[in-house]
Amino acid sequence: MMNTPQKTPLQWVRANLFNGWFNTLLTLFCGWAIAQTGIGLFRWLTTQAQWAVVTTNLRLFLVGRYPQDQVWRLWMVLAIAIGLIAASIFNAFLVKQPKVKERLNWTITSLILPATLLILWLIGGGFGLSRISTNLWGGLLLTLLVAFTSILLAFPFGVLLALGRQSTLPIVKGFCTAYIELVRGLPLIGILFMAQVMLPLVLPGQPNIDRVVRAIAGLVLFNAAYLAENVRGGLQAIPRGQTEAAKALGFNTPLTVGLIVLPQALKIAIPAIVGQFISLFKDTSLLALFALLELTGIGRSILAQPEFLGRNAEVYLFIGLIYWVFCFAMSRLSRQLEK
Amino acid sequence: MRETRDRTSLWQDIRFWNFAGQAIAVVAVLFLISFLWFNLNRNLQQLGIRIGFNFLQSQAGFSIGESLIPYQPSDSYGRALLVGLVNSLKVILLGIGLATIVGITAGIARLSSNWLVRNIALVYVETLRNTPLLLQLFFWYSAIFLSLPSLETPIQWLGFTFSNAGITVPGGLQLSPEFSALLLGLSIYTATFIAEIVRGGIQSVPKGQWEAAKSLGLQPMQMIRLVIFPQALRIMIPPLGNQYLNLAKNSSLAIAVGYPDLYAVASTTFNQTGRAVEVMVLISATYLTISLIISLLLNLYNRSVQLVER
Repeated sequence: MMNTPQKTPLQWVRANLFNGWFNTLLTLFCGWAIAQTGIGLFRWLTTQAQWAVVTTNLRLFLVGRYPQDQVWRLWMVLAIAIGLIAASIFNAFLVKQPKVKERLNWTITSLILPATLLILWLIGGGFGLSRISTNLWGGLLLTLLVAFTSILLAFPFGVLLALGRQSTLPIVKGFCTAYIELVRGLPLIGILFMAQVMLPLVLPGQPNIDRVVRAIAGLVLFNAAYLAENVRGGLQAIPRGQTEAAKALGFNTPLTVGLIVLPQALKIAIPAIVGQFISLFKDTSLLALFALLELTGIGRSILAQPEFLGRNAEVYLFIGLIYWVFCFAMSRLSRQLEK
Repeated sequence: MRETRDRTSLWQDIRFWNFAGQAIAVVAVLFLISFLWFNLNRNLQQLGIRIGFNFLQSQAGFSIGESLIPYQPSDSYGRALLVGLVNSLKVILLGIGLATIVGITAGIARLSSNWLVRNIALVYVETLRNTPLLLQLFFWYSAIFLSLPSLETPIQWLGFTFSNAGITVPGGLQLSPEFSALLLGLSIYTATFIAEIVRGGIQSVPKGQWEAAKSLGLQPMQMIRLVIFPQALRIMIPPLGNQYLNLAKNSSLAIAVGYPDLYAVASTTFNQTGRAVEVMVLISATYLTISLIISLLLNLYNRSVQLVER
């Protein structure tokens, strides 16, 4: 389907748009449809669209009702996050020596947990910083925070469930399989409902658990099952010879799994795990249905204000663009990693 | 001889560890379940709620926007939930059909030799796949369907009429804006994933098959229909089944556009009765059954299209 570079533009047009009557017809039809859509969109943009709803509420979209005098803390969070991401991209694509690469990989991986705790402290406060309650967190900030925390917490559960499902012990295998299949058969909205309503009921003393924490709990329960399937895919791709070789060297089962099988399996599963993170990132929008003011929720609450009534298209297009930029960037990155 | 075996018996015996591991798992799970159950009972007791499904017979008292079976507010909660289930099944079945048609079209378009067609399909897939379905539903419903012209001055196209009262299909079938938004949103979103599966399936057919079909003198559409697609189907069925399951589960987002599906009715029931446990059990059991039936049918179909080896 690639054309040779020697073609003149006219030849290219003939080869790609007008080869045969069927393609000519298709081209004409598509051209007409694009023109119609383009004209309609242009008319809407120039006569009807009013972007004041986005520009005046930009801060709400990005950080919700986070106090203005404390926003410097979020800038620090951003700096830490960008630093870590830049380091791992640099390592993945530019570092060539395998030894340096591996050492850097370990450094970055071991930094993730302390960095997350630092970020949570910066956002939430306490220990010297003023406390900012979770109902002031919102917008993109809350979306990113919930998505990242959930995948981080779901990961160990997912790995354990995957190992359990691959286990030779029938009862352990049965429990893990049952959990995975049960969760995968249910819609996320049902699990989030369970987390919001049932979680306080099944814990001692009817605790007053924070809304955000309940949402994260629901997302973790849900995503652990899907991550388990991704990791299982990786585990199944490891040849039996690897286990047998490890056994022959005298490794016991935990060592074989921890040092030989799992590292290789996780490496194979990385694209699938990134895919799961993308879908988790999109799924955080469901929290809007449970009165959380993440990106979609804050958009809805802005639209409920009388002065912005009827500005649905502008708000949803703007929010959609934000989601799109993140998801598209991540999917491109994981495709690069696969190579 | 006997002595060494005794000394190494228990701690190095794999059978002991296997047994211990399973015993620990059983005890841990039993403990967790009884812990949660105990708390649940105590908390419900404090709230003065007793678990039971008797409330299903009491009068629902709320009206439901649309229904395939007769329903009025004086009917029971059980009846209301049944209406929700039927509404869910309606959107799932039609959604699967529409998503398959759009997805196969877009998947074939992704491989077209026509530059324009190929790139339109690419833009469609990459835009809608990378934004949340819920947002798309909000967009379809409030930015498109509710801002269409009123029923007196509808948009007419190919025999369809589009207005803020929904879509009228040729033949007089009237679809509400809620149902239309949900059906369109669900199908068009799921179709992007189906398109990628179709593209992958077609690309996995060896090049020699295309060449052989061409040398037989088949037209491009015949080539796809008679030679390529039946072979691609074998690879496509399992991931396609996953997308159908996703569509069925995602249909529960109907509540976002106000379409009374099972989850929406169950949610209203919970708000009115406070029956968290029962509603949760009903929702879970129903969606699990739907998922199970879809995967069962797909497994049967999968078996029928797989290559029968000698």
